[in-house]
Amino acid sequence: MSTQYPLTTREDRARARRRRSRRHMAISGVSAVVVLGGLVARIVTASGWPAFRQTFLSAHWFGVSFGSILSGFWLDIRMFLIIEVCVLALALLIALIRTFDTPVLFPLKLICIVFVDVMRGIPTILLIYLFGFGIPTLNLKGLPTDQVVLGGAALALNYSAYVSEVFRAGLMSVHPGQGAAALSLGLTPAQALRTVIVPQAVRNVVPPLLNDFIALTKDVALVSIIGPQEAARVAQIFQDQDFNFTPLLAAAALYLCVTIPLIRIVDHLQWRRIREQGSALALGPR
Amino acid sequence: MSGSAPDRMTGHPGATGAPAGAPVLEVRGVTKSYGDTVVLKGIDLALGEHEAIALIGASGSGKSTLLRCIDLLEGIDDGDIFLDGEPITVPGANPVPFRRRLGLVFQSFNLFPHMRVIDNVTLGAIKAQKVGRAEAREEGLALLARFGLESRAREFPDRLSGGQQQRVAIARAMLTRPRVLLLDEVTSALDPELVGEVLDLIRELKDQGMTMILATHEMSFARDVADRVCFLEDGRIVEQGHPDQVLSAPREAATQRFLARLLHANRL
Amino acid sequence: MSKKPILAMAAPALAALVALAAGGPAAANAASAASAAGKAATTASASCATSKLALHTAGVLTVATDTPAYPPYFENNKPANGKGFESAVAYAVAKQLGFGPSKVKWVVEPFDSSYAPGPKSFDFDINEISITPARAKAVSFSTPYYTNPQAIIVYRSSPLAHAKSLAAFKKAKIGVQVGTTSLSAVNQRIKPSAQPSVYNTSSDVVEALKVHQVDAIVVDYATALYLTSAEIKKSTIAGQFTAPGGDNWGLLLKKGSALTPCVDKAMAKLKANGTLARLTRQWMSSKVAVPVLK
Repeated sequence: MSTQYPLTTREDRARARRRRSRRHMAISGVSAVVVLGGLVARIVTASGWPAFRQTFLSAHWFGVSFGSILSGFWLDIRMFLIIEVCVLALALLIALIRTFDTPVLFPLKLICIVFVDVMRGIPTILLIYLFGFGIPTLNLKGLPTDQVVLGGAALALNYSAYVSEVFRAGLMSVHPGQGAAALSLGLTPAQALRTVIVPQAVRNVVPPLLNDFIALTKDVALVSIIGPQEAARVAQIFQDQDFNFTPLLAAAALYLCVTIPLIRIVDHLQWRRIREQGSALALGPR
Repeated sequence: MSGSAPDRMTGHPGATGAPAGAPVLEVRGVTKSYGDTVVLKGIDLALGEHEAIALIGASGSGKSTLLRCIDLLEGIDDGDIFLDGEPITVPGANPVPFRRRLGLVFQSFNLFPHMRVIDNVTLGAIKAQKVGRAEAREEGLALLARFGLESRAREFPDRLSGGQQQRVAIARAMLTRPRVLLLDEVTSALDPELVGEVLDLIRELKDQGMTMILATHEMSFARDVADRVCFLEDGRIVEQGHPDQVLSAPREAATQRFLARLLHANRL
Repeated sequence: MSKKPILAMAAPALAALVALAAGGPAAANAASAASAAGKAATTASASCATSKLALHTAGVLTVATDTPAYPPYFENNKPANGKGFESAVAYAVAKQLGFGPSKVKWVVEPFDSSYAPGPKSFDFDINEISITPARAKAVSFSTPYYTNPQAIIVYRSSPLAHAKSLAAFKKAKIGVQVGTTSLSAVNQRIKPSAQPSVYNTSSDVVEALKVHQVDAIVVDYATALYLTSAEIKKSTIAGQFTAPGGDNWGLLLKKGSALTPCVDKAMAKLKANGTLARLTRQWMSSKVAVPVLK
C-alpha cells in the first residue's frame, strides 16, 4: 500500500513565509520592549535618580546656559570648517610630494617625512599649548598672535599629518594603469595627476577623510586651553559657576547635531562601496 | 582638422617632414631590463605608412614591454626609436610631445571610471592637444557614432560591457589622431562573444589606413589584418614576414614549436 | 520591587523619554524634599560634641582641598604644615570642633568633583570657594570665613598700570582662570568689548600675561598679592574691585550634612574671639595700599 504525501503548493510556501515573518516581527518587538524598557526601568528606579535628574538633566540650567553655549559653538563651527579646508590642501600637497619620485623634490620629501612623523607623534593638546604659549614668546614679527589662529594652526598641522597618510593610501590605491593611460594620451604628468589620479584617489578615501573630519570637529574644543571660549569651555564655566552639570549635556547635544549626520553619511558611503566593489573591479577584465 | 593645434597631424605622408617611403616608426637595437631580468634583447623593427604589424609570442616574451617602450612609458636601456625619422628616445628629452603622436590601447582597457564615456574619449584631445571643448565633443560623438556607441556617451564606463569599454578605449586613443596605434592584446581580457566586435573595429581602422602594431593571440585575425607578423621569443624577434609565411610555413624551429602548441590548444 | 519592572516593561521606551523630559518639576520636588530632610537633621543634632559628630572617618576630621595648593592659602603644596590662610583656618575650625592637628587628615579633591553629586570623601572642603544661591542648591556651605575682592594684575610698563577706573580696561584683553568668580566679576563690572580669555590653571593665566597674549589678568585679591611679589617680575596690581553682590568664601560640605551647624558654631567662635581677623591680617593683607577701582 503506498502512502500519498500531499504536495506542497505555492500557497503553502507563501503562507509559511508570512507566518515566519510575523513571528520574527513579534519576537523582535517584544525583545526590544523588554530589554529597553527593562534598562529604563532599572535607571529610573535607582535611588540616585532624582539627584541625577536634578544635576544632569535640569531644564532650568539647560535654558540658562544654552544661548551662551550656542554662541561658543558658532566659534567651533567656524574653526573646524576653516581648519578642515587648510588640512585637506596641506595634506594633499604632502601626500603628492611623498608619493612621487622627482629628484628635485628630495629635500622637500625629507621635510615632509619628518613633519608627518613629529606631528603624528605629539599629543594634540601639547601641540596647542606649544603653539599658544611658545609662538608668542618668540616675539617674531609677522607671526600670528591671535589665540584662535595659533590654536587653529596647531590643529591644522596636527591633522594634516594624519590626513596626508590617508591621501597617500588613496594615491597608491589608484591602479597604475590609470596613470599609464593618461600619459599615453599625451597628458603631462601634472595633467594626469590633476584630471585622472587625484580625483580617483580622493574618491577612494572619502570614508577615512570624513572620519578624520569628525575627529576634528571634536578636537577644536581643545583650543579653549589657550583662551578662546568655545562651546565645551562655556559649558564648563556654567558648570563651575552653578555646580550643575546640565550645561555639559547641552554642549554634547550640540556636538551630536553635527557629528551624528556625518557619521551616518560615512556609514552609508562605506556600505555603498562594499556593495559596489564587485562592479568597480569589473572596470577591467571580467 | 584644426589649424590651431600644431600637435595634431593627419595621417598623410609628406605632411610629417619624413621622406616619403621612409618608415613611420623604426626600432633599432632596443634593449630593456627590469633589474636582473633582460626582457628585450635587441629589437629591430620598421613600420611603414598604413602598415599593420602583428606581434605574436608567449606571455613574457616582451610584446607588452616593447609597446610600452615605444610609447615612452618605460625607458630603454640601449638602442634607438625613431618616429617619422625623429629620435624619440634621447636621454633627458621630454617624452610628452612624442606620446601625443602615439596611441596605446591596453589589455585591461584602463578607462577612467570617474568620467563619462564622452569625457574619457575627449580628455586627450582637450588636455594634451588643446582642442576646444565643444569641438572635441563634437568629434568625439562622431567617432563614437562610427563605432555604434553614441547612445552610451553620457554613461559611466562601469555600465558598459567589456567589448563596449574596449571600443571606447580605442576611440579615446583615436581621437588624438595618432601616427601609430599600438594595441596591446586588446581582446585577451574579453569574453569570447565580445571579441568579434572589437576585432571588427580594428579591421575597419586598418582598412581606413591606420598605421598600427598589434600584439595579439588571435592568429586568424593576424592572418586576416596584418601586413607582417613578428614572432617574439625571449626578448628577440625570432622570425618576421608575411602572415601566410610565418603562420603557415614558419622557417624557424622556435616558431614551429609555438604554433604547434597553439594548434594543440585549438587556438589556431 | 517585583511589581515595578513588570509595569515598566509594559510601557514603551518612548513613554520613558517623556518621563525624562518632564523631569524638571519633579526634580525640584525631590531637591526640596532632600533639604527638608536636612533641616530636620539639623534640629535633631543640637549637640556638636566631638564624639557625637557624623564624620566620614570615625575619630578623624577629614579636610579636602585641591592640588596644587597655592600661596597664600597654603604653603609648599602641603596643607598639613598649618601654614597659609586656609590651612590655618581649617586647623582653627578643627580645634573648635575638638580635633587637634594630629586628628586632622588632609585629602586631595579636585574642584570639579568637590561639588559633584554622590557620596563625599571629606567632612568639609576648603578651597577658595565662593558661596552663591545657585551653588547652595547642590551643596551646603558654612558661614563665610573671608570676603574676597578681585584684583587686576598688569606689567608696570603697561599704560593700564595707572588706570583710574574700571572703564580703562574695557578695551583690554583680559585673562582669567576657569572655575573662579573672576570671569563673572569681569563680565559684570568691567564689561570688556573683547571676550575674556579663559585658562585651565592659574599658571596658564600667568603664562598668558607673560607672553602678552593678554593685557591684564584678574585673580582673587590675595592671589594677586602673591603673584606680583613672587611669580611675575615687574608686575603690579593696578587696582582691586568687588563683584556685584560681593564674594564670600565658605567651607563646602555635602548637601544637608549634619556637620554644617557645628562648623557654623565653630566659625562664629573664631570670629568672636578675633582668630579669624588675626589670620586674615597675617596671610591675606598687603603692606602697600591697593587702590579700589570703580
